[in-house]
Amino acid sequence: MSDEHPLIGGSAPGAPAASADEGRAEGALTNLLLGSGEPAASAGYAQHPPRMGFFTDTSVCIGCKACEVACKEWNQVPEDGLNWTGHSHDNTGGLGADTWRHVAFIEQRVPVDAAHPPNFVRGGDEGAGAEDGFRWLMSSDVCKHCTHAACLDVCPTGAIFRTELGTVVVQQDVCNGCGYCVPACPYGVLGKREGDGRIFKCTLCYDRISVGEQPACAKACPTDSIQFGELHELRERAAGRVQALHAAGVVQARLYGHDPGDGVGGDGAFFLLLDEPEVYGLPPDPQVTTRDLPTMWRNVAFAASALLAGAAAAFAGARR
Amino acid sequence: MKARERPRPAESYYGKPIIKLPVWRERDIAGYLFAGGLAAGSSVVAAGAELTARPHLARACKLCASAALGASLAALVHDLGRPARFLNMLRVFKPTSPMNMGSWLLGVYGPLNAAAAASDVLGVAPRTGRAASVGAALSGAGIASYTAALIANTAVPAWHEGYRELPFVFAGSAAAAGAGFGLLAAPLSESEPARRIALAGAVVELLCEGLLERRLGMVAETLHTGTAGRRMRAARALTAAGALGAATLARRSRLVAALSGAALVAGSAFTRFAVFAAGVASAEDPKYTVEPQRMRMREARPA
Repeated sequence: MSDEHPLIGGSAPGAPAASADEGRAEGALTNLLLGSGEPAASAGYAQHPPRMGFFTDTSVCIGCKACEVACKEWNQVPEDGLNWTGHSHDNTGGLGADTWRHVAFIEQRVPVDAAHPPNFVRGGDEGAGAEDGFRWLMSSDVCKHCTHAACLDVCPTGAIFRTELGTVVVQQDVCNGCGYCVPACPYGVLGKREGDGRIFKCTLCYDRISVGEQPACAKACPTDSIQFGELHELRERAAGRVQALHAAGVVQARLYGHDPGDGVGGDGAFFLLLDEPEVYGLPPDPQVTTRDLPTMWRNVAFAASALLAGAAAAFAGARR
Repeated sequence: MKARERPRPAESYYGKPIIKLPVWRERDIAGYLFAGGLAAGSSVVAAGAELTARPHLARACKLCASAALGASLAALVHDLGRPARFLNMLRVFKPTSPMNMGSWLLGVYGPLNAAAAASDVLGVAPRTGRAASVGAALSGAGIASYTAALIANTAVPAWHEGYRELPFVFAGSAAAAGAGFGLLAAPLSESEPARRIALAGAVVELLCEGLLERRLGMVAETLHTGTAGRRMRAARALTAAGALGAATLARRSRLVAALSGAALVAGSAFTRFAVFAAGVASAEDPKYTVEPQRMRMREARPA
């Protein structure tokens, strides 16, 4: 993994240098399977607009869930349970076929200092001091629209495809509900819709962004926690935001999914987090399973050949 | 010097899974892993028997392959969320999707299998039937092992982390099951090659399972505990018993041959259902996703 931040070094927008180097270093077959770092081009679009994506800055999320509501309204996503989970203010649970934006809430005991925003001493805590602070971490989770999308790679019907804007979408008139994409996703995004049988996930509002509109969630977000735009611009903006937070003493602030050198080639929807990814339910080091597929196929071929060779030997050597 | 200690217990989001559990129904898909392997193994034995004038072994194995394949196809279509759209599997030819490649492979294997069985049972077109039998064996060998790539090509820790060994476990299991059926169904005078293949398959399966567990590291827990643990122990016991019988008395005793064969078939089934359950368990607990990833990140960092 490259130490150099690909954006601060000023590499060409939309064509991360780190990913191209990785491509050359990996086997030719792997590169053929995974494509370059520019997903729309790899998918075969000769000409395409700039790659679009999300930057979700969780440091300004207020947990209002307008994004969840707007998404469900616009996409006619069915209701999936009016539950009390007991998990702070998160009564949604997680991403799935019927939740395409999910706001996570984590309650933490932290010191009241510049390193741990947003924090405060809870009213009624007797004798509370600087060590007895409290904060919510709030984050709106979404499909990451990975550069190397495992769901897209494994889909056997071709229902999941890459759009010209670099996003990943499931064609509902093709999907036969085989469910392969569901356990393939390293982030646990896709789900099977009950009663319907097909697989659903965030479309990055393909219908809206195709006509120059923002996705519903970004439009509804009152704090601009969810930012929509050209991915290279968002990555530059995010790098600046993290630097500003570090300068203000928020040392735990970090970007997640921004790095084209990571295991999925970087995400089309990336985040600024205030703690470790697993605290938010995100994998610390997600990998696209396709990366290991060449070896899998090779071993499948070996095993099949060994089966045939062994059987031939058994029959050839057996006396009647 | 890097210390290979386990990282601190991972935090999680209310203990919820990070990846999604497979939505595949166990009876359909673990069932297919077994039935597909049984069919494939039987086809390989059937072809050998066909070419070496062992007619009872050949017919028994061809019929077994056909029945197991029929059950496989029914299970696969039944498991789809939209079964009427099963033909969409052939919309594309896509090497990054083992499920797609498997669909094409089944499209080749199925008709060859059927032709071989039909030719034998109806007594028509023997040379075509023989060629079909050989074709079924060649494509069947692919069927026997590709299912390992199918489940390993996911984010499920117990499946993905074992991607190197699983094809050999599944191929060995398929050989043991198919040849085991041959031992069960054919007279002693014809079953010698089946005895050998069954024994070899069982040994390969058991050895590679051991290698698989070593590779899985902490995730191997999922194969030792709970439902998967019970099934794996049953699988090992049945496979070992079947192998022992095949190695010794099955040469002389029709009864021991049949019991050994049956044990191997059952052992193969338990193996597939164990691996399936272990996968589900490894997806459910976020620690199996987080801790290996954290360990990998620590090892990647320069000392």
